[in-house]
Amino acid sequence: MFSLSRKDLTSLVVLAAIVLTMPIWLAPFGAAYPGLMQKFAIYAIFAVGFNILFGLTGYLSFGHAAFVGIGSYTAVWSFKLLTMDILPAMIFAVIISGLFALVIGYFCLRRTGIYFSILTLAFAQMCYSLAYSVLTPLTNGETGLLLAGNDPRYIDKMFGVTYGSGLPTPTFLGTTLGGYGGFYLTAIVLIVIFFISQKIFASPFGMALRGIKSNQTRMMYTGFNTKPYTLAAFVVSGMIAGLAGALLSVTDPLAGTERMRWTESGNVVLMTILGGVGTLFGPIVGAWLIKYFENIFSAINSNMLNNFFSFLPDGIQSLMVTVTSKFVGEGWHLTLGLMFVLIVVFLPGGLVEGAKRVAARFDRKKPRTGPAPAPQPAE
Amino acid sequence: MTAMLAQLLNGLDKGGAYALIALGLTLVFGTLGVVNFAHGALFMLGCFCAVTFRYLITIETVTVDPTKLTPWGSPVEVRTPLVQNWFGDFGAVMVDYSVPISLILAVPTMLAIGIAMERGLIKHFYKRTHAEQILVTFGLAIVLQEVVKAFFGANPYPQPIPTDLRSAADIGILLGLEPRTLTYPWWRIIYLAFSLFVIGGVFAFLQFTTFGMVVRAGMADRETVGLMGIDIDRRFTIVFGLAAVVAGVAGVMYTPLLPPNYHLGMDFLVLSFVVVVVGGMGSLPGAVVAGFLLGILQSIASMTEIKSLIPGIDQVIIYLVAVIILLVLPRGLMGRRGVMES
Amino acid sequence: MAQSEPNIILHAADVQKQFGGLRALSDVDLQVEEGKTHAIIGPNGAGKSTLLNVIIGRLPPTSGAVIFDGTVLTGKQPHEINQLGISRVFQTPEIFPDLTVLQNVMAPAFARRDGAFKINMLRSVDSETEIRDEALSLLEDIGMTGRLEDNAASLSRGDKRRLELAMCLIQRPRLLLLDEPTAGMSRHDTNTTIDLLKKIKSRGMTKVIIEHDMHVVFSLADKISVLAQGRIIASGLPQEIKEDPRVQEAYLGGSVE
Repeated sequence: MFSLSRKDLTSLVVLAAIVLTMPIWLAPFGAAYPGLMQKFAIYAIFAVGFNILFGLTGYLSFGHAAFVGIGSYTAVWSFKLLTMDILPAMIFAVIISGLFALVIGYFCLRRTGIYFSILTLAFAQMCYSLAYSVLTPLTNGETGLLLAGNDPRYIDKMFGVTYGSGLPTPTFLGTTLGGYGGFYLTAIVLIVIFFISQKIFASPFGMALRGIKSNQTRMMYTGFNTKPYTLAAFVVSGMIAGLAGALLSVTDPLAGTERMRWTESGNVVLMTILGGVGTLFGPIVGAWLIKYFENIFSAINSNMLNNFFSFLPDGIQSLMVTVTSKFVGEGWHLTLGLMFVLIVVFLPGGLVEGAKRVAARFDRKKPRTGPAPAPQPAE
Repeated sequence: MTAMLAQLLNGLDKGGAYALIALGLTLVFGTLGVVNFAHGALFMLGCFCAVTFRYLITIETVTVDPTKLTPWGSPVEVRTPLVQNWFGDFGAVMVDYSVPISLILAVPTMLAIGIAMERGLIKHFYKRTHAEQILVTFGLAIVLQEVVKAFFGANPYPQPIPTDLRSAADIGILLGLEPRTLTYPWWRIIYLAFSLFVIGGVFAFLQFTTFGMVVRAGMADRETVGLMGIDIDRRFTIVFGLAAVVAGVAGVMYTPLLPPNYHLGMDFLVLSFVVVVVGGMGSLPGAVVAGFLLGILQSIASMTEIKSLIPGIDQVIIYLVAVIILLVLPRGLMGRRGVMES
Repeated sequence: MAQSEPNIILHAADVQKQFGGLRALSDVDLQVEEGKTHAIIGPNGAGKSTLLNVIIGRLPPTSGAVIFDGTVLTGKQPHEINQLGISRVFQTPEIFPDLTVLQNVMAPAFARRDGAFKINMLRSVDSETEIRDEALSLLEDIGMTGRLEDNAASLSRGDKRRLELAMCLIQRPRLLLLDEPTAGMSRHDTNTTIDLLKKIKSRGMTKVIIEHDMHVVFSLADKISVLAQGRIIASGLPQEIKEDPRVQEAYLGGSVE
């Protein structure tokens, strides 16, 4: 049940090592603080889950941010009504977002191609608009759903758990989750989700999903009922998105509508594409790069630019600062958009694909340039 | 009943905007086979053509009039737009009518933008998958809106309706109602008429010119037209330019109704895609019908009577209708079989 | 009709198919005996593909019914029909271009073993040795062991057709429908395919073949039905068909090679 092929096991160990040592190797990049590393892990989870749908079945959903939002709200409500422990919050988030995914997926998957994409977009927009308007009692609208000192927290009350004055913080089996605790929690969830994604990729179920992407007609005439397969993939990826949403709320106990915005759905598509659709590592790489650049670029201000260009003559310096300042800080989205375009134009297979191509080129060159190479292990 | 009628009218101009955007989207999709997520951005760029034009003609000269004094005793500064200095009263009219006049700026600008976009980026994506087309145009849309944001900032730019057109037409009288029971602002009437005019123009262009014939043939069967040795590439560029112009002028004229900001394009994009899909991918009449239909439905759903009946319906009506139509009519209202289903 | 109790596995009973005003099939009554190879021949536009599509459930008949081993096929989904034991080779090969050759053959085996839907995500494809071995031996039969890990998209057209055949065979169907299995193949490939089909004949699989190539038809068929203008104008043993004057007139242009 937990067995993996040797290659997959190596990947899992490599990933676990990379993720758990983040605080060390991210330090030189100035990104080794828990808040950011949590984001890395959470968005990687989101992208890995999204990839199970988009990468394997080829169905491009433009509404997955809705599930993140649903997961977030569920987690905060679990904090408010039941307990500050994160386990119930995460479990409920997965269940509720899974139920939503079941219903939304059931309808959307009756269509394919762009019609499917638009249907998911329409459903997600409905969730977003409703969260903004009628459902304010549940979502607290524009302000976002926050914890309050006088929340009932029935389970906590039953066990006599109190949080003193001030706002309570999430706990894991009684221990408070702060800073690095939060990061390691998300890191371990990421490793687990990666493992699940490996299992799916290698399984007959995953092969069936790939068959659907490759040739749906043949799948049907081969005796597969393709609808439940795609629905299962949709629900699994929706549940993982919900889990990512719950983790956002666990690490920072609030939930807002902006997490459901359709551009957020677009972002996860970009992460997956940037890294490489349908590959195991691709979505993680994509999510990390985008969140890293977002963090770096949006933090740069004109002072930093002035310093950076200070070696230039005055006139040119101010020109450079004016131009580059449009790409950083508030203008980071411009850089993001450009990245989007450049990647799709020049690297349609994503970074993982590009790396493979480069590696393949080196492999072919080696025998010609150097002495006899060491025998390559077969894939 | 009157309220219903008033909402119906209100829906018409919004429907006109939807129809114009959806028309261009469909044209591009039908002929070039490209799903253009940057089309909303073209609408937004059109809006900012109006903003730019108004900015340019209201550049003022400041003269000091020593004969008049302010309450503080300093001479009054008189600001006059340059155009008024140059053209006198005609200049003042120009400033007043800046929105419709800016069409003169918008048409060539949008044409140039459209052609540049098609030549520079879109044409490389004819043979790529729809997912890739969506992504690259989505990225382009972000770039365009951020560029606009870099120049114009994040605040909306309200544009004035020309003074003569600020009143409302009392169309209730035409229907035999009491005066002032059913009025409809002149500008909305103009917008509706304008959108019908543009829609009619596009259809006439496609129906009665050789160029249009080729385009229609291309929408029906792209490969065959390509095989007939017709220079498809050049025509594709023009079609894209045309779609950009249609979206642009739709934006220009819409500015007095909705102050444009940089993310207006994204807001309209989602809606106009829903419109296109409801109408049926690749069907021009479908796009127009669905545009007006959804505009009117949205407007009716925002009536208080209906909102109190079904809370929140005004927020979701469009999406709800889209979902229902797509589930009942797989290819939208007027879609053809086999389009975009692979 | 008066044969000694043949077991009819597939029966197209009085099938009519109309497209608008066009009558594509009229009063087609086709009986296929279990274990036999039944060829359907006829000039272009005679309705052969329509008939096949009606049998497989892709097109609903206007009237009449298709019965497979006591089950009415009309109104069933493609996967349900397959699960009853009917596999189909298409005129243009329908394979999984993005999967490897080996995966192409293994996937249908899972549908046979696990049914139309099963979330089987605990085991890996590689650990399913039984199915893997079966796929390997089948790929050896069609001579493609050298390309197991290649993407199926990279195969030649002839190889794709043989691959598709292997994909159907691994399901061990009770009825195999072949829509021009050798169209576009070289003489050599055609002969290899005939040999392969003869080999499976000995396994007792029922086959319905639509074919243009008379060489293929007469080397394989136990029984032949001739379709012309949507009607079956003759049905019988190959020798009878060869000598039937109506057939010669309608289809074979007066003489048989």
